[in-house]
Amino acid sequence: MTMAADLPRTGTEAARIDTGTAAVRLDHVSKAFGERKVLDDVSFEVPEGRAFIILGRSGTGKSVTLRHIIGLVRPDSGSVFVNGKEISSAHGVELATARKQIGFLFQNSALFDSISVGENVAFPLRRHTRLPDREIRERAQEKLRSVGLEREFDRMPADLSGGMKKRAGLARALALDPSILLIDEPSAGLDPITSGEIDDLLAGLKGTGGTTLIVVTHNIPSARHIGDELLMLHQGRIVARGTPEEFERNDNEMVRAFMHSKNAG
Amino acid sequence: MPSVVREGAIGALAGVGEVALFAAKAGREALTPPFEVRETLRQIYELGARSAPLIAVSGVAIGVVLSMHTRASLERFGAEAMIPAGLALALVRETGPLTAGLLLSGRIGAGIGAELGAMRVTEQIDALEASAVDAFRYLVVTRVVACIISLPLLTTLMNFAGMIGGFLAENAATGMSFPLYFQRAFTMVEARDFIPATIKTMVFGFIIATMSSFLGYTTRSGTEGVGRASTRSVVLSSILIIISNVVLVRLIFFIFPKAAGG
Repeated sequence: MTMAADLPRTGTEAARIDTGTAAVRLDHVSKAFGERKVLDDVSFEVPEGRAFIILGRSGTGKSVTLRHIIGLVRPDSGSVFVNGKEISSAHGVELATARKQIGFLFQNSALFDSISVGENVAFPLRRHTRLPDREIRERAQEKLRSVGLEREFDRMPADLSGGMKKRAGLARALALDPSILLIDEPSAGLDPITSGEIDDLLAGLKGTGGTTLIVVTHNIPSARHIGDELLMLHQGRIVARGTPEEFERNDNEMVRAFMHSKNAG
Repeated sequence: MPSVVREGAIGALAGVGEVALFAAKAGREALTPPFEVRETLRQIYELGARSAPLIAVSGVAIGVVLSMHTRASLERFGAEAMIPAGLALALVRETGPLTAGLLLSGRIGAGIGAELGAMRVTEQIDALEASAVDAFRYLVVTRVVACIISLPLLTTLMNFAGMIGGFLAENAATGMSFPLYFQRAFTMVEARDFIPATIKTMVFGFIIATMSSFLGYTTRSGTEGVGRASTRSVVLSSILIIISNVVLVRLIFFIFPKAAGG
């Protein structure tokens, strides 16, 4: 099991990581909002095709980490690489090209509420492909089918339940068949059964191969179910990293508090 | 100077600077490709065409009221025959453009402020960016262009509706016929009265769209922030339209001396 102290700390050490096999790499990333430091010298890499879970209490920088990976937030210092290319300094076409390789499921789904569910899923296809309208609709329908929403194509997002919105958001995130999928709190606001259904969908994606999953959660059963590897953030720093089994045996106070909490399953 | 006043002044100046940079970016990107043609057309429909009923009804009502006031004034001098021309000049040169600008700052300004504010707090703007879409160009530039195109057209509609309202009032008061009314109305209206004043509303459109887009796009603090963005969009757009109108009228008189009657 890798502890925070064992993780690469210097630029030289971080550079040893082979970016050719890392889908995502954060290299000494720090970020503050005003006086509040959210990420403090965070470095880690996520190998291609792995399901990587970022755990931690609320406000420890988990979602900010995801936002760095897709370039919605830029680090105060350090660098973020996606598929070997630095996204933290990319602009314009370069940034857009990197983002097309990434799907992002937001915590509150963030569906465009002025267009139908189907058009939400079709949106990235309309923007970034030259496919005819009929084929775009077919592909959007296929993505909706993969999340069990094939009948909801023409419904408006406001008419969906929380779990359905989440699944529609997942279908939209998958529209361009991204190589990396970022998921922010998949179980937030959902009942345990719906949450389990979302977890099954994510675990299913793992099985299809190729897609790198990075999931932010504080739901331990979800983390165990989906994750190949877990990483725990606390007060903006990495306190532990390892497989789910290694996390079970970890004696770090914060890890133990999480893994053995009442809701840990 | 007390520190509170100094900090307030610095904050206000910083705010003006932010809006100016935002407006400059919107103006620059409106002129450079890629152009979001489909979304711009959709915004022209949403912001422009759907404002037409409000403008038409308001125009007719304003025309009726202006006609009644003009009659009350001109009757004293026995110049009732000048009513259509006086009304047409008042509408085309000032009342139509300014009233349309203020009405649309209410309808369009509040709409843009609330819509973009809601999109910001529900992460829809982030979702656009995450989908590799330039959200500024897609949301802000399209609205700015749509407003710049729509305002002159809606102002023309307001002028026309006002003339119809004036005719209805005159017809009710004196039984004046439609052809005679419009013949008298247009005897004194020239291109220099209509064109500069109507083009002026393109600036109003730019002000409404950039101010309300800025407030919506930079919204914070959840639904409360959305409400504040919507209200401030209307208030600030209206104030800026009234102030800029003074400058623009002076500018029009400078560029077109004959428009000032010179």
